[in-house]
Amino acid sequence: MRRETILNVGIPGLLLAIGLLAYALDETYIITLATRAAILALAGVGLNIALGLGGLVSLGHAAFFGIGGYAMGILAFHAQTYMPLWGVIGGTTSMPIIWLVAVIASGLAALVIGALSLRTSGVYFIMITLAFGQMLFYFAISWPAYGGEDGVSIYMRNNFPGLNTLVPLNFFLICFAVLAVVLIFAGRLGKSPFGLALQATRQNVARVEAVGLAPYKLRLMAFVLSGAITGLAGALFADLNRFVSPSMLSWQMSGEIMVLVILGGIARLSGPVAGAMVFIALEYVLEDLSHYWHIYLGAILLLVVLFARGGLVGLIAGREVAHD
Amino acid sequence: MTDAILSTRSLSKSFGALQASDSVSLDLRAGEIHALIGPNGAGKSTLIAQISGALRPDSGSVIFDGQDVTPLPTVARARLGLGRTFQISALAMEFTVLQNAVLGALGQRGRAFRVLGKVMRDKALLESAESALQEVGLSEFRNTVTAELSHGQRRQLEVAVALTLKPKVFLMDEPMAGLGAEGSQRLTGFLDGLRHRAPILLVEHDMDAVFALADRISVLVYGRIIATGTADEIRANAEVRQAYLGEEDAA
Ligand SMILES: Nc1ncnc2c1ncn2[C@@H]1O[C@H](COP(=O)(O)OP(=O)(O)OP(=O)(O)O)[C@@H](O)[C@H]1O
Ligand SMILES: [Mg+2]
Repeated sequence: MRRETILNVGIPGLLLAIGLLAYALDETYIITLATRAAILALAGVGLNIALGLGGLVSLGHAAFFGIGGYAMGILAFHAQTYMPLWGVIGGTTSMPIIWLVAVIASGLAALVIGALSLRTSGVYFIMITLAFGQMLFYFAISWPAYGGEDGVSIYMRNNFPGLNTLVPLNFFLICFAVLAVVLIFAGRLGKSPFGLALQATRQNVARVEAVGLAPYKLRLMAFVLSGAITGLAGALFADLNRFVSPSMLSWQMSGEIMVLVILGGIARLSGPVAGAMVFIALEYVLEDLSHYWHIYLGAILLLVVLFARGGLVGLIAGREVAHD
Repeated sequence: MTDAILSTRSLSKSFGALQASDSVSLDLRAGEIHALIGPNGAGKSTLIAQISGALRPDSGSVIFDGQDVTPLPTVARARLGLGRTFQISALAMEFTVLQNAVLGALGQRGRAFRVLGKVMRDKALLESAESALQEVGLSEFRNTVTAELSHGQRRQLEVAVALTLKPKVFLMDEPMAGLGAEGSQRLTGFLDGLRHRAPILLVEHDMDAVFALADRISVLVYGRIIATGTADEIRANAEVRQAYLGEEDAA
């Protein structure tokens, strides 16, 4: 087996082991941290499709994360207040339905934002995705129906058929299972015909056009898949916190998702998982040491960018072997 | 004229004060190699770019396979069967040689939006890619990362990718550059046979290759075609000798 293949199993395996060990040791807080890591990793796996495979530096992925979060918040809010949405659609507390809505809503948002943003490239693309993110952020702040700046609190965690989701381990396992399924999908995506074409657009647009494939369409499809997955993560994140607020839509959130992808390794399948685990661990350790833990995080990030371009996964597995 | 599969009609393109294409009309007929020669900066690549769709002409039109393709973007023209190679290699540098060839085969097949199934295990794509690599003599480098190829090998890979497209017309911008004497000879022999699969509009500085291969030659100077004819006609043409071939003698 190639080293990278081992890591692709080992890194998520480690996360699962941490969750289970924490359960065995009755460390509820650690289970929550592991859950958080799984969810942020999922958001990163989403971003990595656009960023890693497509080379699309989106600084607006919080938009999709937040839309997923609000999809959960709004549906659960209407369920807990027994007030149908627009007078007709009752809310729901069913996770699968919420996930579906989150995926569709964030996917559609990515379709619109992508369709407009992908007409630009380079710095302009970064700026325009950032601008769309900010637009949604301010919209959420000034939208009183769902708490405006204060956001929406949900009293009960949503339901999953056959499981008590209030048990921390159960919710962790749900999030981990979602992550695992999406990782398998993302892994296959990278090796698919679409994955090859998409990776080619990152390297040479003229080549892709010359073989008769449309880079714009390939990128748009990548952006939609990417946004939808990050949106799914947003729904889980809101469920974990039982709270959704505009902060999920903030550019800092976009930055955080991007940081953990860079930390773990851009375009490396298990990169975001490694990145999220390290990110959460640093947050946990350093936050105790210093209120300004982001400074240390910044320094570590700088080291990764300067000395380990493939992130943590690249550091361990070496340069990616392109064939297969 | 009736059997011209590709023709340009009075194509003009200027960059500021520079007239890079000056009312260029030429055609490419079934089964032929039509060489386009001219000094550096004459506008050969600019013409190829307008035919392939990368550049919009200021005026004039490009007729391909009976259709005015002037308004169509590069992608659409490629799908119609214009297969080009680039003067400056445009390849996916992080890909292996084989992956670049498979990308071409995928472009030829279309349906690039499939997210499941391993592309590098796709028999039909691999077959097309491998046979193209075989034809240009790159098979043994199939697993080499493209960035590690020599310039000459990259030119060969450009040709191989064009082959996977199974185009109706080849547009080749200096495929011999950097190949060395032996490589040029090999490619010359290969192109000689290739013209029967699809005609070739060949931009080339290697005069041995041009005179050995071309059914017709057009000479471009300062964006203008000053002569079109057979190798002998071009050799005998006084204006060409003065404007172009003479220059080479002097150099
Ligand atoms: N995008 C551009 N903007 C401005 N000038 C350009 C552009 N592209 C080409 N030119 C100019 O147009 C002229 C023709 O260039 P072109 O590349 O077509 O020449 P060429 O015949 O292919 O030369 P070579 O044999 O060196 O490849 C040159 O003077 C070049 O500098
Ligand atoms: Mg040129």
